[in-house]
Amino acid sequence: MSWFTRLIETPKNILKSSSSDAGSPEGLWVKCPRCSEAIYNKELARNSMVCSKCNHHLRMSAQQRAELLFDADTIEQLDTELRSEDPLNFKDKKKYKDRTRDANKKAGPEDAIRNYIGDIQGRTVSASIFEFAYMGGSMGSVAGEKIVRGMEHALERGCPYILIAASGGARMQEGVLSLMQMAKTSSTVNRLNEAKLPFVCLLTDPTMGGVSASHAWLGDIIIAEPGALIGFAGPRVIQETVGQKLPEGFQRSEFLLEHGLIDAVVDRADLRDYLSTTFNHLTDRSFRQSA
Amino acid sequence: MANSYLEFERPIAELTSKIDDLSGMGKDSGVNIAEEVERLNGKKDKLVEQIYSKATRAQICQLSRHPDRPYILDYIPHMFDDFQELHGDRAFSDDGAIVGGLANFRGKSIVVVGHQKGRDTKEKIKRNFGMPRPEGYRKALRLFKLAERFEIPVLTFIDTAGAWPGIDAEERGQSEAIARNLQELAALKVPVICTVIGEGGSGGALAIGVGDRMYMQQFSTYSVISPEGCAAILWRDRAHADEAAEALKPTALDLQSLGLIDAIIPEPKEGAHRNIEEAAELMGDLLEKSLDELLNTPLDKLLKSRAERLRNLGAFSG
Repeated sequence: MSWFTRLIETPKNILKSSSSDAGSPEGLWVKCPRCSEAIYNKELARNSMVCSKCNHHLRMSAQQRAELLFDADTIEQLDTELRSEDPLNFKDKKKYKDRTRDANKKAGPEDAIRNYIGDIQGRTVSASIFEFAYMGGSMGSVAGEKIVRGMEHALERGCPYILIAASGGARMQEGVLSLMQMAKTSSTVNRLNEAKLPFVCLLTDPTMGGVSASHAWLGDIIIAEPGALIGFAGPRVIQETVGQKLPEGFQRSEFLLEHGLIDAVVDRADLRDYLSTTFNHLTDRSFRQSA
Repeated sequence: MANSYLEFERPIAELTSKIDDLSGMGKDSGVNIAEEVERLNGKKDKLVEQIYSKATRAQICQLSRHPDRPYILDYIPHMFDDFQELHGDRAFSDDGAIVGGLANFRGKSIVVVGHQKGRDTKEKIKRNFGMPRPEGYRKALRLFKLAERFEIPVLTFIDTAGAWPGIDAEERGQSEAIARNLQELAALKVPVICTVIGEGGSGGALAIGVGDRMYMQQFSTYSVISPEGCAAILWRDRAHADEAAEALKPTALDLQSLGLIDAIIPEPKEGAHRNIEEAAELMGDLLEKSLDELLNTPLDKLLKSRAERLRNLGAFSG
């Protein structure tokens, strides 16, 4: 089953994963968060969760993204058994254990990352995809381990690695252990580089904090979906700190492109072709020096 | 310089001032009050011991950013000889929030890199309160690569509230600059020792905090987010910062029990801010031992065990 037929058959999923002020009681219509256009949900699904009126790229679940990314019937999910612990016995208004239990119910028990192996236009690729619905895609120990394992799947198979980011940053509830996941994931990029395996980062809405300041900005190629919020510090924190109005389009994909921080902004509809071409170039080795 | 005291240090401050007054009087009046001063000093020792050993996590957070706490530029004259500060990232500017250079540490050349907060208002502004911008991390990286080229070990000293949350920092790639340092430090072909000497604030700290050994001074902290920031997000109210400090477990003892640091560097009994000479010596002794051990480790083994340390970070099941 392709990713969109699955969505069409279970239209309620769309409402759950898209904006909360969505559509009619029957859930047949979804309101675009940017232009407020009411979109028929089957049309939205057919259009890869992109508003046909304003090209706004709505958020997607990891599974939806995997189905969009890979050739049909080639997808295998890996590392599903990893579970977060509560090393700090963390409690704010709510216990961390209760938060993860709720998140497991809401977004599945695989924490904030899902790892996949699949084919993109016939080429095997390892992918780690953030699940934003799981505690804001925050990176704790499980997410860090899964990213490293995603890179290791690529190393074992000698294939490219893709990271699709959607995260508020490091997970506060695991304290400094979450911070250390930045070092852990970033250091593993060295192994991909040594093996000369292509590493592409796709930054989607939002990619912030400890995720943006580690593996997500270490790809050989870094691309972003249109209009995504991407940066280190959150816009509200910056506004409060500097006490001035933020520039138009600040921390959006197009702003980053203009400032030389990413390679390209790529529409969702063009993603598979774009990646295939990139991998073709990076693995062609037209100048291979003889030993 | 007049000492500043935190709220919970006040009983120590009062007793100290009493002792000072009494000592001054002794000279003028001719009365021998040495005995009384000695008695009060003994009382003070006990009080200090009591207050500091019972300090809450929130109080240790305050100590880690105590206005008198020594910064790296304060330690350098006590710990190193022949310091040559090296400036600039060769691309944009010289970030005052990170200082670095070449120095001699007990007979060996090293590269030293550390965050620098400012003491007075003018210097605070010059140093941007110790919150680096991308050019700061890029200057640090330039010095790390210099160290690698000339086979000089690196000592870093962490003390920042965090990376600067400003428009300019985002425009120049704050995320990229931090990420690059994490990747490069993980594979730098010389020994790297990292020590938290004050506040270890999130990504801004980690960007110079990846190495072969990780130490924390007794009253330093290291956290993924400041207690205030955490409270603002999870409690939606900064007034809950003390609870957030408890929950985040950011003290040296906490990190030791999580297995994230190699040792706690003891501080003088009233904290590094009351006796920098002693603090510098205690830190220097441990770093010297640590450095000798790393210098006796073959490079391939060093890099392998650094990579393994990083690979094994985290707590999960399955």
